[in-house]
Amino acid sequence: MSAETAKSSTESDVSGLDYEETELKLGLPGSSRIAGSELERKRGFSETVDLKLGGSGGCNLDYLTAESSDTRSSGAGKLPANKAQVVGWPPVRSFRKNALKSCTYVKVAVDGAPYLRKVDIEMYGGYQQLLNALKEMFSCFTIRNSPNNNERRLVDPLNGTEYVPTYEDKDGDWMLVGDVPWKMFVASCKRLRLMKSSEAVNLAPRAPQID
Amino acid sequence: MLGNGDCDDGNDDRCSLNTCGIAQPNSRPAAAASSLVGLPPPFFDQVLDNVLENVLCFLTSHRDRNAASLVCKSWFLAEAQTRLELFIGNCYAVSPARAIGRFRCIQSLVLKGKPRFADFNLIPLGWGARFSPWIAAMAPSYPSLQRICLKRMTVADADLVILATSFPSFRDLTLICCDGFTTAGLAAIAENCRQLRSLDLIENDVEDDDDDGVDWVSCFPPGKTCLESLVFDCVGCAVNLEALESLVARSPSLWRLRVNDYISVGRLFRLMARAPQLTHLGTGSFSSFDGEGDFRASLESAFMASKSLVCISGFRDLAPEYLPSIYPACANLISLNLSYALITTDQLKPVITRCHNLQTFWVLDSVLDEGLQMVAATCKNLRELRVFPLDATEDSEGSVSDVGLVAISEGCKKLQSILYFCQTMTNAAVVAMSNNCQDLVVFRLCIMGRHRPDHLTGEPMDEGFGAIVKNCKNLTRLAVSGLLTDKAFAYIGKYGKLVRTLSVAFAGNSDLGLRYVLEGCPKLQKLEIRDSPFGDTGLLSGIHHYYNMRFLWMSSCKVSVKGCKEVARRLPHMVVEVIRDRLEDDNSVAMEKLYMYRSLAGPRNDAPPFVKLL
Repeated sequence: MSAETAKSSTESDVSGLDYEETELKLGLPGSSRIAGSELERKRGFSETVDLKLGGSGGCNLDYLTAESSDTRSSGAGKLPANKAQVVGWPPVRSFRKNALKSCTYVKVAVDGAPYLRKVDIEMYGGYQQLLNALKEMFSCFTIRNSPNNNERRLVDPLNGTEYVPTYEDKDGDWMLVGDVPWKMFVASCKRLRLMKSSEAVNLAPRAPQID
Repeated sequence: MLGNGDCDDGNDDRCSLNTCGIAQPNSRPAAAASSLVGLPPPFFDQVLDNVLENVLCFLTSHRDRNAASLVCKSWFLAEAQTRLELFIGNCYAVSPARAIGRFRCIQSLVLKGKPRFADFNLIPLGWGARFSPWIAAMAPSYPSLQRICLKRMTVADADLVILATSFPSFRDLTLICCDGFTTAGLAAIAENCRQLRSLDLIENDVEDDDDDGVDWVSCFPPGKTCLESLVFDCVGCAVNLEALESLVARSPSLWRLRVNDYISVGRLFRLMARAPQLTHLGTGSFSSFDGEGDFRASLESAFMASKSLVCISGFRDLAPEYLPSIYPACANLISLNLSYALITTDQLKPVITRCHNLQTFWVLDSVLDEGLQMVAATCKNLRELRVFPLDATEDSEGSVSDVGLVAISEGCKKLQSILYFCQTMTNAAVVAMSNNCQDLVVFRLCIMGRHRPDHLTGEPMDEGFGAIVKNCKNLTRLAVSGLLTDKAFAYIGKYGKLVRTLSVAFAGNSDLGLRYVLEGCPKLQKLEIRDSPFGDTGLLSGIHHYYNMRFLWMSSCKVSVKGCKEVARRLPHMVVEVIRDRLEDDNSVAMEKLYMYRSLAGPRNDAPPFVKLL
């Protein structure tokens, strides 16, 4: 099982497509792999691998199921076992790929901070890495897990102010980060705002889980 | 099609002056002195030469001229002396010295370098196609040079400096998919080319770091300019906005302006106001930058006032609230490029339903099949469609499918060129297109999932592509994908008699497939194959034809070094390059990449260590 897991991890890891990120997971927050997270911002993919190995086996089965449903016919139509990303395929010029990629650059604002930063949210494999990146970026924060639910909050240790990561989606609504599956978030997030918890009370969390 | 300036290798005739974005010139020289009155009785030869030169000057197509030059020696000489436009499809096919030696009074040069698969990272950096030896040879020899169009060449800033200072009549520079230069090179062009009419930079890799760019826009001389076309959407650094506005304001002949994504709508409408005569507009980011404000009213006024606009592109960072600004211009549009704009079907609807005259449309698959149905319902004159993938990976959810393709085929019967990315397809849809759109010249279907069969029947996609080559009698360019057996290639060989460019990836069963094509397609010029099980037998089956081709590319196939050596042995004028990704693969039997091409110049002397010339 572990070998199979590793292989499928590599496949989706390399292809950048992560089926289980679309699953709402009940796993414990702060999967232990995240400890080595300093370099995550540049290593979204490898982080994804770590997550999977730490995650529940059910997630990987989901990936395999999803994959086999793609293979609609057997025999000649069988997909090669190793679906690692192939160089130069699909044939889209890097110029175009990069230009479209920039769609996923979002501005990050922190209440009370005078500057904006920009992050490429596509670079991260999931919410955990994103939060870690934010933590690093605004270096004053630490991440605290709320004991009563699985929300993540960022805390400024100097004054104990808690910030809740929120985002504005395509429809202009402000939502709590972590409400929707990761890929949906990537596709719909227009900008991020670390909102003071005290102001975030009217953003009701819908599904208070962040993996 | 010209509108979006993407000069794909499809049709060499089109990638001559026209697609290089240069206004169609009347390239006939001033009438040569044809009067013989008052001269001593000339020899018979001289009469013939004079007549010939006057007649030949009406031949502009390089193919026609090539044919004329083969008639006899005096035609060869007359043609060589009167050719004004030099088209070199492979920069390594001939040496600069030889080209210059034959053609003495060139005014316009089109030069292409790397093979197309370089665009997809299949060729390591430093492979070649440097412009330097060419410009060095041309600078002293072509004082009347006016136009240069380069595609997939490596162009250094130093080259641009030489260019800028060597040709007093220089007017048109077009660089497509080139690399190696920075804004410093652009500054040299701006500053020194006083007759500059067009500077068209299309999808180049301009190597500045964001912060270090030179202010090249300020380098244009003061006063009125003759600028007609300025395309710089690929330049990845900020430009001096005041200088740009001033430049546009003092360029009364400007009809095409395509700006980069450092231009927000706040600046865009001001540029448009300075150039109400524009016909082609690249809109930059099409959003407002922080703190700039809301420019919807100003932008809409600008589009209402720009009555001549026929081609709009850009939208690099589209803020959807600005999209309605273009509505006033839609009815006049011939060409619309939304392929960088992440828009939904609903956002597309009010735009596309106004575009009754559209002939060229590029879009992202985020508009879904429904979006394409809208296109089909409105754009009855559509000639060219390109649907690009938002998520260019194999496993992404399909956004467009056979449904969209069928809709297009039913609504846009005049379609000539299509590039369509999808996850899966059906034979029925492709067959439908072959029946409905018989004017197709270019059919490029990219089923992103490798080896994907027809998702309804489970069959290979052979029948669909077979129908295309059979029914579309004008087809010259074809790209195939999906699960394909040798049968598909049998069809191509049997029916694809006009096919010049063929792109194959992850297809076929055996050498037979390659054989069918090489034996069956007499017009085949460019064949690029990757990851297909074709080996030496297939390779050798084309020996009779390779001298008629521009190039053959095969990567990750079953060809061996031995087979390549055999080709090299039997065809001494072929240059056979084996390109390795890793230097230590010297003695491995299975080889990665084969690139071979006919050449009068012999093996090149600038090959990097990872290229072995057999």
